[in-house]
Amino acid sequence: MSALTALARVSAVSSGVAQRIATVRHVHLSDRPLVFIPLALAGEANAPLAALVGSSFDSPQLLVVLQPRNRDERFAFAARLAAVFLSYVDSFRGETETVPAGRNTDPRERYVDAPQILVPNGGGVGFVRLLGRSTRFRRTEGEYAVEPSVPLLGRWLTFFAERAEYPGSSLLLNMTGALGMHWATGQSAVEDANLAALVGWIDPPDGMTGADAALEAEDPLTWPPAGPATDPTFDNEILAPAIEAGSLSRLESALRRQLEPTWELMWRGVSLLRNLPPGARVERRWAEDRDAFTGYASYVDEGGYPQARRDGAVAAAQRLARLERAQVLYDAQRAYDDPLILAEYRLTGEAFAGTVTASAPDRIDDSGKRRVLRPRVTVSSSDPVRFEPGVSVVSPARPSQTGRVVSVSPLPSGFEVVLELSGGMGRGLTAPPGSVPEVGERLTYTTLTESYQAPAAFPAREETPWTHGGPPVEYVPDDDDAVEEWS
Amino acid sequence: MTSPERLRGAAAPKSHNARTIAALTTNPGCSRRAVMDAAGIDKERLAAYVGFPARFGQSQFAITRGNVFEAQLKADGCAELLRLLREVLGLPIPQVSYDDLESVDQLDARADRSRELLTRAAGGESGTLFDHPLLRLEVGGRWVYLEPDLIALQFGGTFYVVEIKSFAVIDGQADGTKVSAAATQAAVYVLALRRLLAEAGHDPGLVSHEVVLVCPENFSNRPVATLVDVRKKLSVLERQLARMARIDPILESLSPDLTFDLRPDSSGVPQRPVAELVDGLGQIDARYSPECLANCELAFFCRHEARGTTASLGKSVREELGGVPSVDLALSLASGAVAPADDQEEAAAMLRFAAQLRSECLS
Repeated sequence: MSALTALARVSAVSSGVAQRIATVRHVHLSDRPLVFIPLALAGEANAPLAALVGSSFDSPQLLVVLQPRNRDERFAFAARLAAVFLSYVDSFRGETETVPAGRNTDPRERYVDAPQILVPNGGGVGFVRLLGRSTRFRRTEGEYAVEPSVPLLGRWLTFFAERAEYPGSSLLLNMTGALGMHWATGQSAVEDANLAALVGWIDPPDGMTGADAALEAEDPLTWPPAGPATDPTFDNEILAPAIEAGSLSRLESALRRQLEPTWELMWRGVSLLRNLPPGARVERRWAEDRDAFTGYASYVDEGGYPQARRDGAVAAAQRLARLERAQVLYDAQRAYDDPLILAEYRLTGEAFAGTVTASAPDRIDDSGKRRVLRPRVTVSSSDPVRFEPGVSVVSPARPSQTGRVVSVSPLPSGFEVVLELSGGMGRGLTAPPGSVPEVGERLTYTTLTESYQAPAAFPAREETPWTHGGPPVEYVPDDDDAVEEWS
Repeated sequence: MTSPERLRGAAAPKSHNARTIAALTTNPGCSRRAVMDAAGIDKERLAAYVGFPARFGQSQFAITRGNVFEAQLKADGCAELLRLLREVLGLPIPQVSYDDLESVDQLDARADRSRELLTRAAGGESGTLFDHPLLRLEVGGRWVYLEPDLIALQFGGTFYVVEIKSFAVIDGQADGTKVSAAATQAAVYVLALRRLLAEAGHDPGLVSHEVVLVCPENFSNRPVATLVDVRKKLSVLERQLARMARIDPILESLSPDLTFDLRPDSSGVPQRPVAELVDGLGQIDARYSPECLANCELAFFCRHEARGTTASLGKSVREELGGVPSVDLALSLASGAVAPADDQEEAAAMLRFAAQLRSECLS
């Protein structure tokens, strides 16, 4: 929570409608996302009860488990879900593009599009992760055999759930999280976890304030919970008798009534997000998602093992380092794409905005062995500039150019900052037009950087030091995995 | 000055259990909750009557699953549990004996019998399982009966509280909120057992600060036991219980006429005008925060009352706004419509800058 978001929340209270906290959309949104709303049976470890799933608003498919405590029925549910899910995933494995070789990479093929799963909330992501965990190790022959699609579904679900932890990935999004990144409501984060209340604040029905709509959204009779947990009163008064009666039609109509309002909310959420213009770097992150999708698809084709239950020491450290780097990059990218996000850094003194008052575009630094082009600009800012001389800053307007702070001097109101520029001006001793900020240009400079950070070095798996348990045993799925109880 | 009895009126006191005691630790600064709980007022009934019913329903599927799991563990003289405890505590096989204390009917008699057996055991050395013991703990000046799932006495004389929960531990991990809630409840039992031993002249340190949490493993019904350290929970709990014993200053500030008696008629239907109760609630300060919604029966009432405060948007919102208490004031300071008080200068400057940034970026 930043002060800007906090201010947006109080503004939302007084204006009665949610306030924007982003000027552009920071998530990729597929033209054809797969909306997946799972429900689980209370008290059990992720026992599927029902799901509404589909990639178009008009054709949701309802999957129901007649006896949620029955193991065979759970796997039958997984098989039916797999039919929908895997055919959706496969539909993106058509056209590819060639990605040219990079600094450390060979040229490679990449699918031009990738699947995108949308679940209502963080609990939905947890459901995907656990359903993946409970199905990916299953055997398709011998004792406790399941449909071949079941373990395959498990591996894909696990892939999506792991990818959801990756900052900036849009392969598996939760709707409350995606909406909450772009709007601040006049209620607390705890209450924002209720999708109906959140959408109520963002897009209240005519004649209602966000607060009214959110209050109405708390009534589970009008707006059943968006899952995976169900309303306890529904469980006791409707679900239990329907399961007891063993009537599929009765169960289906009861569960459909629980799920349909959320289905509608999910698609309303999709159109709310679609109305926002995408940030400039969203496409770049989606390309990484497409890379990840392409990579995992070929790994599965080559007969790779399902993901291990737990990472080994080296794999875990690598994963953590990757997530941290992705987080830093993601923060910088959002700030570069969106002045409102960048403003948060201005508020905390990690960025400043101002107008160029003097510019020396042809300044040459000849103090070294070689004469180099080092233009200087003077920026006057009314922000509280907190930078020391020597600090490097970048402006999102010219991301490949670095400015070194030469001096910061106070003005009657605000500060005057002198910057020495390098990069982004070609190789010559004269700067091409437009590459150096001109007098009168308004700019923001920040210490955030999206430049390449070299990955940390880790030992090979077989060289795991003894302090971390030594080299782990090679993971091979065994019978224990395959016959694990699911009761 | 009023008294807890007067506040509660003619209704029977609502008794605490480990869960309600654990909930006390979540918002220790709330006088309203402290007074209500100390007086044993039925908050759930009161909240519903004034039009803000709590929503703490429990699904029968969850209840059934919990009961089945516990029954499975305790079947055949706790055979499965013993196997687990032998693993985690090194409970010796031949010396295990088992006392089921549920057979004693009356609450007081059961508590006495439990005390007798537990204190006697504290002197001995045998590995024993005590099923359904009944402990007592003084909360806000009243005795509360507590029923831990099980207490195990290790060879060598250390007592362990055993807590059985039906949420799953998957690949060594469980839902953090659920583990934390279970640990707080178990800490209540540890505290009660320690006090029981101390009263009988034994070393309270005989009760381990580690509790045994027994949960189903992965997606199966197979149990797995884990030791959980509850020291931190214990210290929070002790502080809060000590605080509850000191509610007199709060009571002193209340009108002697104040009561939350619902005045039910002969058929039990409350007759008290709602406005009187709402007015009465308003006389005791609450400290609402959104976390109350998951922990307190009065939360929806308090939330309604707290509308327009920055705290009702979450603790972090209030902090980010420099501690400015109300939404209106925060907005007035941000727009410059109101001149800040001396201690608000810094917050006001930040708010004005924030407002300027927002209008600059959104115009």
